[in-house]
This record gives sequence, structure tokens and C-alpha cells, in this order.
Amino acid sequence: MIHFLVHDKKDTVGVVVVEGVKAGEELSGWLMEDDSTIKLTAVNDIPIGHKLAAKEIRKGDTVIKYGFDIGRAVADIKVGEHAHVHNIKTKRW
Amino acid sequence: MMINSKTTFRGYRRENGRVGVRNHVIILPVDDLSNAACEAVAGSIKGTMAIPHPYGRLQFGADLELHFRTLIGAGRNPNVAAAVVIGIEDGWAKRVADGIAKTGKPVTFFGIEGHGDHETIRRASKVAKEYIQWATELRREDCAVNELWVSCKCGESDTTSGIGSNPTVGNAFDKLEPLGVTMCFGETTEITGGEQIVADRCATAEVRERFMMMFDRYQEVINRHKTSDLMDSQPTKGNIVGGLTTIEEKALGNIQKIGRQCKVIGVLDKAEAPTAPGLWFMDSSSAAAEMVTLCAASGFVVHFFPTGQGNVIGNPILPVIKLTANPRTARTMTEHVDLDVSGLLQRQKNMEQCGDELLEVMLRTCNGRLTCAEALGHREFVLTRLYESA
Repeated sequence: MIHFLVHDKKDTVGVVVVEGVKAGEELSGWLMEDDSTIKLTAVNDIPIGHKLAAKEIRKGDTVIKYGFDIGRAVADIKVGEHAHVHNIKTKRW
Repeated sequence: MMINSKTTFRGYRRENGRVGVRNHVIILPVDDLSNAACEAVAGSIKGTMAIPHPYGRLQFGADLELHFRTLIGAGRNPNVAAAVVIGIEDGWAKRVADGIAKTGKPVTFFGIEGHGDHETIRRASKVAKEYIQWATELRREDCAVNELWVSCKCGESDTTSGIGSNPTVGNAFDKLEPLGVTMCFGETTEITGGEQIVADRCATAEVRERFMMMFDRYQEVINRHKTSDLMDSQPTKGNIVGGLTTIEEKALGNIQKIGRQCKVIGVLDKAEAPTAPGLWFMDSSSAAAEMVTLCAASGFVVHFFPTGQGNVIGNPILPVIKLTANPRTARTMTEHVDLDVSGLLQRQKNMEQCGDELLEVMLRTCNGRLTCAEALGHREFVLTRLYESA
């Protein structure tokens, strides 16, 4: 079972691809770039399609997905924690 | 099935040599006031289709030019066999009809003033009946795959779009480009954060410069009118529910649609027709129905529409093929999904397989199979406006 995907080795976030992920659940992730597996524990309940931190992210850090800048963290985000509009903001507009 | 240069489909060859995959007789209003007459004609003559819309009065300048380009382009589209044009007065109705007539296809216009709805509907119905009886005798013939014009635009995207359904379109585009197919993508603001990736794909310095000009022009529109960081609009509420957080993330998923190899060979203004095979960028809104309508007006005959959360859009002229990689959307909105690629998320399928499956759905659609959106009666025809009317 693949619980989440990470596109690129540089990425600091991954995408949950199954429904019903619960806080405390052990998750298995597929790192697509080199076909390796990442294990981590979900900090929150996370809906399908939503992101979690695959690496420790500090407030002010640039968040990386697809190997590119997708915005700025506005709070610390722990590994396995839900990463979305409450802790990441656009750098544009 | 592997698509190759010998692959054919059964299409309708039009008077100007272009090939269509549908055989519509359209009743086209020039303006809002003429919708009622057009719908009355389409209601009385079976098999014809009215294309109502809310605009066409007191527009001026570039906005008026775009209005004409979109209506004329829709009529010129090779999926249209013949057109009846109705306007409140003769002048602009003639202008639209004359633009369509350049393809050589049958077209007749009517002005309502001086006649009223009843007399206009009577006269237009007579012509519409002749057209539909003529068009229904036209036969499909074998056409080479390089005669296809294929457009793409995604909608109600979520993170599964960037992982699965958008790269499936990219895989299909990478396979169509070497065959000489004409293709396009657009959604100018939805490239924000990935504009350098698109710029680096441009085939020449001139194309790159024109792309960046279009990109910067649209950013100026956003900056001039915005009252916030657009978190209610771009990403949309649906995008955010689906897990997309920022415009940059959405853009990087969006541009997966252009594949890994395709070069951008040219840049089109809204509703402008491409002039050579290959992948074109069209400056456009990212709103689904606006963009797909512009693709129809540019002459594209079949459309790839990846969705995450489940956009239900269709178009009256351009068949819209919908695909999703979101297993929940595939399960809860089955009637809208032409191709389910959610197997990509669990590695039950790979991208090569999904690209091939999409091309197979494309060929079946081109051969005449109705898409989900067509079967469900989705005919969203939405004109892009540039500014207020006079």
C-alpha cells in the first residue's frame, strides 16, 4: 500500500493518495524520482490529496515540491504533519 | 494499442480541407437578444443546436474583435457542417456569417429588426432544415492522425492532477507531437510559478519573448485588479479542498500537461488559429468554459480535460474527454469520467499505459463515440470579455 507520494528527492512535502489517513498511522511513501520508499508517522488526520511534510520544515523556509519552490512556510511543520493553507503561503501576488 | 503515423480515424473532411470529428449544424446568435430565436429554431428543427451566450452588444475595440473572432472561429470549426447566424440587426450578423463563409461551408444570416422573432424563426428554420438534411447525408472518411487538432486544459485540479491525470495528457502529447498533430495549452495565470519551465521549452528566442510578453501582460491584469492574494480564486476553493495550497504548486502540476519532450513552437492570442503542426501556447483565462470555448474558436476538434475534484464541463462544438487520477472522484462521479487513471497512484498502471489509453479514448471519440460530457448534455459556451461594454 502506498499512502503518499513524493515527486523529487529535493521535495520537502508529499501527497497523501489514500482516503482516511489517521493521526498516529504509520505511512509508507513512494519517492518517485529514485523509486525508493519513505516511512513516517502521520501527525494529523490527513484527507486524500492533501500534503504532509516529508522533511522537517521551519517557519520561513521555502517549501519544495516537484523539485521547485511552491511557497513559504508561515509556521514550523513537523515531519508527517498536515501541510496546507494554514502553514504555507504563496510568494506571488 | 500504439498510435503511429499510419493510424487513421473516421472524420468529416470539410470544404477547406480541415477535418472534423462531429457534424453539427449550429444556430449561432450574434448577441444576447437573439438567443430566443436561435433556441426556437433549434427546438423546431431536430438535430440542429443553438449556442446561446450572454454578450454581443455595445462591445468595442479589442473586446469586440475577440467577440467576432470567437463566434466566427466557432462557426469555422470543422466539427461544424453548416451554420445559421441570427443577430438583432443585419450588419454584425453579416460580418459573422462572412467570416464563417470563408471556409466554404454553408452559412446564412438573419437580422431580427424589421421582421420580429416569428418571421425570423420561420425563415431561419427553413434554412436550418435544408442544412440538417444536407449534413446528415455527409459521410465520414478515413483521415490521417496528423489531421487532428487536439487542445488541453485542466479543471478543478487537485494534487492528483499533477501526479496522474496531467502527466497522462503530457505522455499523450509527447506521442502525438512527432506524428505532426496540432496541439495547444494555455491558462496564462495558472503557469505562475512555472513560467520559466515553459519559457525554457519555447523553440526559439522569438517564441520565448512572445510567451513572456503574454505572461507578463496577464500578471499586470491580476496586479491591477486584485484585492487579496487570490486565495479564493486561484487556487479555487475546490483546488484547496483537494489539497492544492498555492498558485505555484497548482502551476507546476498544470504544466505536466505539456509532456517531457514537446517544444512550444508558437504563441497564440485568444481564439487565434495555429498555422503549423506542433504544440502552441494560447494566452487565455484559466476558467474552464472560457478556455475550452477559445480552443473551439481556434479550430481544435478534440479536447483533453484532466480533473481532480471533478469539473463537469463540456462544450457544444468541441468534444471534451475527461480523465481523473483521483480514486474518490472516479468512484463518486463516474458518469463524468471518460478515463480513470487512478491506478497510477498505487503503481497498478504506469504513465506509458495511461497515455496509450487516453489516445485510444481520443480515437474512439474522433470516430464518433460521444464523450461523457456530450452524453450528459454539457454545452458550456462562454465568451471571454476583456473589459466593460461602452
